[in-house]
Amino acid sequence: MTTTTDLVSYEDALASYDPVMGLEVHVELGTKTKMFCGCSTELGAAANAQTCPVCLGLPGALPVVNAIGVESAIKIGLALNCEIAEWCRFARKNYFYPDMPKNFQTSQYDEPIAFDGYLDVQLEDGETFRVEIERAHMEEDTGKSTHVGGATGRIHGASHSLLDYNRAGIPLIEIVTKPITGAGERAPEVARAYVRELRELIRALGVSEARMEMGQMRCDVNLSLRPHGREKFGTRSETKNVNSLRSVERAARFEIQRHAAVLNDGGTIIQETRHFHEDTGSTTSGRVKEEAEDYRYFPEPDLVPVAPSREWVEKLRAELPELPLVRRSRLREEWGISGTDMQAILNAGALDSIVATIDAGADAASARKWWMGELARAANESGTALDELAITPAQVARVTELVNAGDLNDKLARQVIEGVLAGEGTPDEVVDRRGLKVVSDEGALTTAVEEAIAGNPAIADKIRGGKVAAAGALVGAVMKATRGQADAARVKELILQKLGVEG
Amino acid sequence: MPGITREEVAHLARLARLELKPEELDHFAGQLDDIIGAVARVSEVADQDVPPTSHPLPLTNVMRPDEVRPSLTPEQALSGAPAQEQQRFKVPQILGEE
Repeated sequence: MTTTTDLVSYEDALASYDPVMGLEVHVELGTKTKMFCGCSTELGAAANAQTCPVCLGLPGALPVVNAIGVESAIKIGLALNCEIAEWCRFARKNYFYPDMPKNFQTSQYDEPIAFDGYLDVQLEDGETFRVEIERAHMEEDTGKSTHVGGATGRIHGASHSLLDYNRAGIPLIEIVTKPITGAGERAPEVARAYVRELRELIRALGVSEARMEMGQMRCDVNLSLRPHGREKFGTRSETKNVNSLRSVERAARFEIQRHAAVLNDGGTIIQETRHFHEDTGSTTSGRVKEEAEDYRYFPEPDLVPVAPSREWVEKLRAELPELPLVRRSRLREEWGISGTDMQAILNAGALDSIVATIDAGADAASARKWWMGELARAANESGTALDELAITPAQVARVTELVNAGDLNDKLARQVIEGVLAGEGTPDEVVDRRGLKVVSDEGALTTAVEEAIAGNPAIADKIRGGKVAAAGALVGAVMKATRGQADAARVKELILQKLGVEG
Repeated sequence: MPGITREEVAHLARLARLELKPEELDHFAGQLDDIIGAVARVSEVADQDVPPTSHPLPLTNVMRPDEVRPSLTPEQALSGAPAQEQQRFKVPQILGEE
């Protein structure tokens, strides 16, 4: 990029203008098969090994919608407090681009399956903001292009492109908000909180893993500014495919600063597609369209209308799981922790792991301690997500069980976890292989205690004289002699007992 | 009845990626006009209370279970491709130089 973008400071931008946002999120459903054909959606297949006449758009092929795709769309709609259409159709969105071999994307146009809902999202300080939902509709993903011959795989300057259609036809649900107004300076934070809440919701519904880093959830950030007090919205920019929570917030912030600079200079915002760059946190102009988009939507004649019966909708509504916002406040109460503590757990992405660890038998305090302490550090050091660490919640629960039974102390437990993370096996295997049992052999402990007393006569005298606190030094000596494998509390008991002092 | 203009034919041709000669634009404008005129007569019979028909059969909710069916092999999938490379469909340059 040779041009630099003029920006005004965030504070100055907000002093003059009121941001209005629209967020469009695409969620790839976790179905086994594509939206309109029985091709597998499994990742990692060889190029073009998961295609058929339907998703290749070969003449005469007839699509049939995936029942789980429709069910997932209804579940998402219900969880977003939407109305569910009594009758709706698919539509062809016509365009010429090689990522869709049919030359159209099967989508929904003016009859989305779900509409008019809302999602309450919680901001960092616990404040709740209601984001209104315009619609959620069913559509399909496109194929994957590889651009050859240009610099670093860019489409510009490429000599030709290669297409893999394995992804073409994978079910997508597009969720569109109504214009988000009134967020003011917190607009970028609202955008991030909304996408995060939506991701939690999608996962709770079990319709997708919604991993943004894998493109299973992608966000377009539409943003415009209007002078304070003006009712009419300004012209918006559309920043496409923003693929992390942090990027959603940064993209919104950057666009606020960029728009303000253009408007302050008396310029006009061009309605255009923009690309977000992770490395610089900035956006650049995408291709300027030569002509207005003309998708010539029309009802898809090959797919019959979807008319979800009210019985089906009500059955799905009754089966909805506890939604994330409700679940979080319940857990916060059960665990007796503050809103800040809960926020830290959410920020670390540790909630599900902690719950799973408790479900596997651990007490809540220990489960929280390990995931937010030792394991969060390990994840941070290796740059992985907590739930991608090489340890399962059941294994963490087993470690806490060993600690509570007195077989491990905290120090040894940390070594066990380290061993499991290093691929040395299950907690019990690591305990065996590394010989990490707390020394519970009273004979061996007594000998170690006697040696510590004999080696530190001055300290022993102090303790005899009533200075119980001095016992810490002897406990330390015993722990050192047993290479940390003694139960410190029991060692202290033994020392005091030997020296004839009440603990 | 407004006729189909030359410009409209040119726009459609561009959307459909068809290259038309100037005389073809005039020729097709006339033909499309006739076709649309013929179809428009239907609206003279169908009143406001007749909704446009998108599907001739009164069917709804035809769905398929989420079960994997065999796909084509990559060789079969690519057999009709004018060009291929690395087991992928090879397409001409999408965008020119900036």
